[in-house]
Amino acid sequence: MTKQQAQVLACIDGAALTEAVCDYASWISQKTEAPLKLLHTINHHPETSIKSDLSGNIGLGAQEHLLEEITNLEQQQSKLKLQQGKQLLQAATEHIEKKGIIPTHSQRHGDLIEAVIDLEDSVRVLVLGLRGQVHENQDNKIGAKLEAVIRSIHRPILIVNASFKTPERIMLAYDGSEAADKAVDMVASSPLYQGLICHLVCVNNNQETASKLLEQATIRLKSAKNIEVISVKLKGKADLELCAYQQQHNIDLTVMGAFSHTRIHDMLLGSFTHKMLVNIKKPLLLLR
Amino acid sequence: MLLLSKQQDWLGNIRGDVLAGTVVALALIPEAIAFSIIAGVDPKVGLYASFCIAFITAIIGGRPGMISAATGAMALLMVTLVKDHGLQYLLAATLLTGLIQIISGYLKLGSLMSFVSRSVVTGFVNALAILIFMAQLPELTNVTWEVYAMTAAGLGFIYLFPYVPVIGKVLPSPLVCIVVLTAVAMYLNLDIRTVGDMGELPDTLPIFLWPEVPLTWETLQIILPYSIPLAVVGLLESLMTATIVDDLTDTGSDKNRECKAQGIANIGAGLMGGMAGCAMIGQSIINIKSGGRGRLSTMVAGVFLLIMVVFLDEWIKKIPMAALVAVMIMVSIGTFSWESIIHLKQHPLSANIIMLSTVTTVVWTHNLALGVFVGVLLAALFFANKISHFMYVGSVMDEVTGTRIYHVHGQVFFNSADRFVSNFDFKEAVDKVTIDLTHAHFWDISAVSALDKVVIKFRREGAEVELIGHNEASSTIIDRFGVHDNPEEIEKVMGGH
Repeated sequence: MTKQQAQVLACIDGAALTEAVCDYASWISQKTEAPLKLLHTINHHPETSIKSDLSGNIGLGAQEHLLEEITNLEQQQSKLKLQQGKQLLQAATEHIEKKGIIPTHSQRHGDLIEAVIDLEDSVRVLVLGLRGQVHENQDNKIGAKLEAVIRSIHRPILIVNASFKTPERIMLAYDGSEAADKAVDMVASSPLYQGLICHLVCVNNNQETASKLLEQATIRLKSAKNIEVISVKLKGKADLELCAYQQQHNIDLTVMGAFSHTRIHDMLLGSFTHKMLVNIKKPLLLLR
Repeated sequence: MLLLSKQQDWLGNIRGDVLAGTVVALALIPEAIAFSIIAGVDPKVGLYASFCIAFITAIIGGRPGMISAATGAMALLMVTLVKDHGLQYLLAATLLTGLIQIISGYLKLGSLMSFVSRSVVTGFVNALAILIFMAQLPELTNVTWEVYAMTAAGLGFIYLFPYVPVIGKVLPSPLVCIVVLTAVAMYLNLDIRTVGDMGELPDTLPIFLWPEVPLTWETLQIILPYSIPLAVVGLLESLMTATIVDDLTDTGSDKNRECKAQGIANIGAGLMGGMAGCAMIGQSIINIKSGGRGRLSTMVAGVFLLIMVVFLDEWIKKIPMAALVAVMIMVSIGTFSWESIIHLKQHPLSANIIMLSTVTTVVWTHNLALGVFVGVLLAALFFANKISHFMYVGSVMDEVTGTRIYHVHGQVFFNSADRFVSNFDFKEAVDKVTIDLTHAHFWDISAVSALDKVVIKFRREGAEVELIGHNEASSTIIDRFGVHDNPEEIEKVMGGH
């Protein structure tokens, strides 16, 4: 694990966004020259029962028979899920190979969060869809595990919510916070953003503060030679303004720091990251 | 931390849990009544206990889907306390039992279960099944032929009804057995014993009451000798049941949390006029079989049980004891590990001796804790005996220097120390003796003193003694050496084997 090159990890589950996830992961993999790995997790639901026999009696060797019966049922189910996952990975691999990248893949049992945490050390960027199969077609919902994944992983995460378009214009949301500063440094140093137009956007009702913040951030961004920086000041509610700006200027990708507050704070006031995830129409790259 | 539980533990399996909980409640009623009768108290004591324990362990237990209530294993330990001192002392003993269990939970004694080997668990389960069966015998001796007929018919319903198409799989057969037998007994106006003859049933919801015992040293002296075995047996059965449920559902559980929960549940039961209880193997299997997985199943079982006994008490009084006996015989049969009988021939003799000794001790003393103690002790002795064979002393004579060189391989400890000494030839007249201990392991003080003895004996015969690898060999004497998770350390200590 130690000397292995950090990978782009694309999490796929067969939902509608799977293809886009593969495309964006390929794009990152090509630009950063990091190997691409596809991850599929097989969810088991031990909290639910497959079969229920209400006869309520127990006879000779009840425990052994029950174990045998449950094991057989679960084996069949798991085999099926394993097979489906394999097909999914196969299809995704073929799709990506067309772009000239040869991905590796991995299939794990259990929760997506557990699997991602296990692999965290070898991950450079995590790519996953905004919604999984459970919430498909529910526009105002985000995936059940998304927030937990974002909070537990300390790697950049690209949340894919639309079909692929090669990013040309990106928007970097900047508010002077520690997370935002880190995001600026990461953008400046990563090969991923070379050759792109970067809209550096600061939403702050105090124009002076905004100018000062933008000035500092612009200098740092300019240190990267190949990024064209356009700095913008906006007034109003950050999430709404950013989403509006994204649509007006045809931004392909929004970059920002994420979940800088504690869970309690977010529970009371609502999380900015969460609002952005729900409202923004184009992929969001969260830098942690 | 006790109140923390995942949402899916409660709501992940609502339909399955509610149905399974209902099925379990129907089987819990006869059990709670039967175990109250064993303990010599009114059925309401067992019924209140079953409600409280199921309700509390549902919320705070460490093993979702496990059923805890009043049990036979516990009831058997209370018999003389109830007979000699009465119900109030039983309630006080129940509180103390709970307290002991909570403390053992905080001391993490649940991890001591690793000393209870598979054979002891099997012995425990079989002994429990035999005890449950034997507890039914008073209902089956000196009775009219009608009782035998009713019991046989009841067992027939329980095991054959599920084969009836459609309804067989939907109606719990123990319920069918109870309903049909009650109807027959009432219709024919049979003169046989019914639940109503056995004592008071609950007529209200349980109410808080502090046991009416003097808070004195004498009271403690009376209840402590009962509370300790109650606490031990309760935890043993609960942890064994938790392991069984873990295996069946392929999930994990928090054993120390379960210890604390059992304790709190018993305190709750004691304060609501119930007797001490623990997890039930048979009922937990029924719950899993019926599709119960979550905490909700245990909660439904407890609440449904209480509702039924409080509101249907007029009907429950009329249930013939024969119907309960039939249900209890089913529980006994279902709890017994028949596999263990089939495997008697394949298993090593030592395993069989451990299992059978556990069973015999329990059936003899009616105390499962003693049985487990005997089983664990035997298992440890057998293990020590086996390991002691892994020792070998070889020797060569170095003619040039006139030195006798002994090579010791393997495990030297209390059980192999004498054999270790007897491997040296003290009668041989040599000038120099070298004992190479590089490949030996000294596990305890007995081993060290055996070595001392060997060295002294040789010196008395006039030989010079040289020890090689003494330090490596005795590095295993220290009680705690943290090598469990470090392969390099293990290789260093155990190298060469």
